[in-house]
Amino acid sequence: MSMNMGNSAIKKGETLIDTAMTLNAMHPDIIVIRHQDSGACNLLSQKVNCAVLNAGDGRREHPTQALLDALTIINRKDKIQGLRIAICGDILHSRVARSNIYLLTMLGAEVNIVAPSNLMPKEIEKFGVNTFTDMKKGLKDCDIVMMLRLQNERMTSSFLSSNREYYEYYGLTPDKLDHAKQDAIIMHPGPMNRGIEIDTRLADDINKSVIKEQVELGVAVRMACLKIFCE
Amino acid sequence: MKKQYFINGNIIDPHNSINENGGLIVGEDGKIEAIGKKVNVNNLPTREKPIDLKGKYLIPGIVDMRVFVGEPGYEYKENFRTLSNAALSGGVTSVVTMPNTNPIIDNVSIVDFLKRRGRDKSKINIFPCASLTQNIEGTNMTEFGLLAKKGIIAFTDGVKTIQNTSLMSRIMNSAKDLDCLIMQHAEDYHLSKNGMINSGIIATKLGLSGIPDIAERIIIERDLTLLEKNKCRYHISQLSSAKSVEVIKERKNDIKFTCGVSVNNLSLNENDIGDFKTFLKLSPPLRKEEDREALVQGLKDKTIDVIVSDHKPEDEESKRLTFSQAATGASGIETLLSLSLELYHNGSVKLETIIQALTSNPAKILRINKGNLTIGNDADFCIIDLDKPWIVKKENLISKSKNTSIEDKKLQGKVTNTFVKGKELFKV
Repeated sequence: MSMNMGNSAIKKGETLIDTAMTLNAMHPDIIVIRHQDSGACNLLSQKVNCAVLNAGDGRREHPTQALLDALTIINRKDKIQGLRIAICGDILHSRVARSNIYLLTMLGAEVNIVAPSNLMPKEIEKFGVNTFTDMKKGLKDCDIVMMLRLQNERMTSSFLSSNREYYEYYGLTPDKLDHAKQDAIIMHPGPMNRGIEIDTRLADDINKSVIKEQVELGVAVRMACLKIFCE
Repeated sequence: MKKQYFINGNIIDPHNSINENGGLIVGEDGKIEAIGKKVNVNNLPTREKPIDLKGKYLIPGIVDMRVFVGEPGYEYKENFRTLSNAALSGGVTSVVTMPNTNPIIDNVSIVDFLKRRGRDKSKINIFPCASLTQNIEGTNMTEFGLLAKKGIIAFTDGVKTIQNTSLMSRIMNSAKDLDCLIMQHAEDYHLSKNGMINSGIIATKLGLSGIPDIAERIIIERDLTLLEKNKCRYHISQLSSAKSVEVIKERKNDIKFTCGVSVNNLSLNENDIGDFKTFLKLSPPLRKEEDREALVQGLKDKTIDVIVSDHKPEDEESKRLTFSQAATGASGIETLLSLSLELYHNGSVKLETIIQALTSNPAKILRINKGNLTIGNDADFCIIDLDKPWIVKKENLISKSKNTSIEDKKLQGKVTNTFVKGKELFKV
């Protein structure tokens, strides 16, 4: 059953907890939740007695995306241990970045975070990552370059001067990619802003970009999650 | 009322520099007749039956400078009756209420209503604040002079900060002319926009927007700069960071002003928020352990004058939401003293300093004749079993709202009796 918060009872004033109780009464095996507020899945999970799968909460976590990214990397590079992985762009508003940092550092990768200071979360270095504001330095000798979408809808005030300038300094272009390893692959969780965070030719370069493969493996990973929690 | 004799207590009255074994005599009129070591079994008329305190502590009734009451407008969160019962159980006999009600306390006619309600429904002393600006919109000043004549003892926008520097300067000038006390909640809104907890590792981990400590410091520094010229009675409601303490310490050498701290910020830090505990969504936010330690040090060296409960009752419904939707604030008037005593029991701050920050200091700032045990004054006091261990349980709280920030916390020291004007209004 699919529910959209926008036209569900939440809109009529029902709280998330009440919605959870209602859904729980239907005895589901799994509730998959995507919510704009960080921690929404935690709140929900306290009130139901089925499995709760976090499909993204605010800017906090997006675990299945990290799993599918890890699977894509293993498919291409046979390992994660010892790889140097750059995660670039709007880290501040990105749940994908946080989940990937947790998973990839846990699996032994060296993670570089590249972002302008205004989009760098406070004390992110305490997660055990290296931080860079210069894209070329951040990409140096990387095996994986993971680009993130600029989340303009979450930006409430001026974080950047313009998309044009952002592209110039933080958009993935061939000259910046040259600093990564020769066989580096490009990833992006989608949806992409072509010409803002990534050059359109690179996005479509079948020798470098694995973006479509990420989507495909995403289906497999999510099927696996559903299977595990249904059994 | 019969004359009452208390003996064998530990009497602490910072206002009169009393800290000794002794007793207290309360007259038939509810006023204090005698205090201190002179009051002992040898000096009492033989026919009188004194109350033996058996070494318990007797201190002036607490003056809590920052309390939110739901009346008018939010009676379902707290009304004067429930507030006063909660206060009495924590040894609080005087409260300063914030103007953030519905309607806002910003004009003379509503003050009359408030005073009437306070008098009729409350057992403790209610000192209402009025807002600095009309409808706390931060644009037009309220009538400080007329409101003060009606009995308003201080002006504040409560949870809000005056952002406009030129308005703040005018407010200070008016307050200077009319000799009014103004209290500021220090927070720069541009810097704290959308912020929910301290800016840093925890905010990053939880994916919540942060409130940086400079949001507080910038307003403090701005106001103190204005205060150099417009010397008025100025009080910073609550400090939350080490940087703020540092600034205050330095500026207190050349400018006259006072400041407070919430007991929450003295005893908790951002790590306590754990897995999105909305009961710990506070303003100012809980910060790092280093900040908490600096605040304790500030209290100890008397850089910080006052401890407040920042009692903000919120019903369960407004807390059982996602962190970003949940209401801000914690209920705390009944645990104010016991939680403050933690600082004494763990050896951080002297008992007398804590009592001073809860009684005589706020009274002096507010210029009210409370928070002391001076002979001839109303006998507002409480008796404390200083070492008694107890555990905070939501269901045992008296306040109408149970949003305590310290559920299940083990505390030491509990109020056993509270008296207002000589009448025992609370007893364990």
